[in-house]
Amino acid sequence: MDTLVAQYSRPMFEKENHSEDEQMELYQAAPSLSLKFAMPPVAQPSAWLRAATDDHANPNCPIKIAHGTTTLAFRFQGGIIVATDSRATAGNWIASQTVKKVIEINSCLLGTMAGGAADCQYWLAYLGMQCRLHELRHKRRISVAAASKILANLVYSYKGMGLSMGTMCAGVTPSEGPALYYIDSDGTRLSGNLFCVGSGQTFAYGVLDAEYRYDLTEQEALDLGSRSILAATHRDAYSGGFINLYHVKEEGWVKHGFSDTNPIFWKTKLEKGEFSNVTSELV
Amino acid sequence: MNREAARRKERQPDTRVGVEAAEQKSFKSITKQTKLNINHNTPQTLLLGITGKDFTLIAASKAAMRGATVLKAADDKTRELNKHTLMAFSGEAGDTIQFAEYIQANAQLYSMRNNIDLSPSAVAHFVRGELASSLRSRKPYNVNLLLGGVDPITLKPSLYWLDYLASLAPLPYAAHGYAQYYCLSILDKHHHPDIDYEQGLKILRMCTDELKRRLPIDFKGMLVKVITKDGIKEVEYNDDARIACP
Repeated sequence: MDTLVAQYSRPMFEKENHSEDEQMELYQAAPSLSLKFAMPPVAQPSAWLRAATDDHANPNCPIKIAHGTTTLAFRFQGGIIVATDSRATAGNWIASQTVKKVIEINSCLLGTMAGGAADCQYWLAYLGMQCRLHELRHKRRISVAAASKILANLVYSYKGMGLSMGTMCAGVTPSEGPALYYIDSDGTRLSGNLFCVGSGQTFAYGVLDAEYRYDLTEQEALDLGSRSILAATHRDAYSGGFINLYHVKEEGWVKHGFSDTNPIFWKTKLEKGEFSNVTSELV
Repeated sequence: MNREAARRKERQPDTRVGVEAAEQKSFKSITKQTKLNINHNTPQTLLLGITGKDFTLIAASKAAMRGATVLKAADDKTRELNKHTLMAFSGEAGDTIQFAEYIQANAQLYSMRNNIDLSPSAVAHFVRGELASSLRSRKPYNVNLLLGGVDPITLKPSLYWLDYLASLAPLPYAAHGYAQYYCLSILDKHHHPDIDYEQGLKILRMCTDELKRRLPIDFKGMLVKVITKDGIKEVEYNDDARIACP
């Protein structure tokens, strides 16, 4: 009788499905997201980092982080437009005019970088790796929601340690359709139709919000995206260089050029009469 | 995972000295947190809760702000913990959602394991415990909460006010952020414990109208949800009317 009871009964909470070890194994099918990095041996890594890098408070700081950007992305009837400038600045120094701020995570997923250039580049590349691993494990492409959450949880695990990034993940998947997420280094993750990120965000929002509609045609959407970046590069000292333009469609993303802002600016001014505050005469 | 592991590690020194040291550290972090709370975006999010005869109303402002920008104008700052309990949150960006989803997952895990939901009061005390242990950890969650529910057995509506210092107060009506300054007086005057749903909505309308009238920042209206014995429902809440300042 006892053996029968033992065979058909079980303790209430133990071994319901998997043992605890098995559960941990299932839960950690992917290697833990946070990699092991050496941290500065102080109580508050971010304060230490700020002391070493903040050039407003301390112009002679030893490290100057590349900052300052305008990036934007918006959803519309034909997919998602992603546009960025290409300037990297370190303090008042323009470190580069040809930065690729759109990171091609895979053929259907794009990420944008604003904030610390190294942080964004490294973690978006890492996200690309995780997305590929997800694809191999599950035999289907990762959803944008899941990809963005990998990144959000990752940066959240480093919260308060001085990461600086404002990124957008854009992609089209069969399950979600066009999807756009905003993720930043304080761990915020928001879905939405339209985001601008970076020091030039306000200028880009100004142009974009005024003419944005969901039912924009493809050409209108591309033009609006590039015009919004142009506006930001014109007014924001920390944005400039080239306009990097992408269109994400169901079949994948299409690149629409990496075009110098200078000729575009003069073309816009001369053909459309905009930017009338800029004159060629000496006053 | 990281946070859990860290917490477990920290709890290990269970000697008297260790406990005292932890307590001393927590005082330090309290003063620091207070400072954080003042400059941070906590006051920007408005949370309101009203109980009545057979319902609890929870309202949260819809704007998601970062710096000088409204990133999203239809943000949902609430999570359903189980069929009869809803939690609204405000506080440090990132912390809010991480904490809310952590609580949500644990509440749902409990429901799955035991085939019965935790009562709102049980959830509230669980959340308080989590906040209290978080407060004494290296990196506390900076989150303020309203927890509304209707007990599925006694059918009593309830509302719990929690803040990041792990205070827990069961209240007939409650608010977080600037809503406290404007709305508590209105609620003091007009709220009665036996009001019905229509009267509750009417008082909520008085509150949100006052916020619109006097707050300098646009919070993009309120998302309103109601908890009754039948579950949680979003309320169609028309926020379009312009309220003039007299």
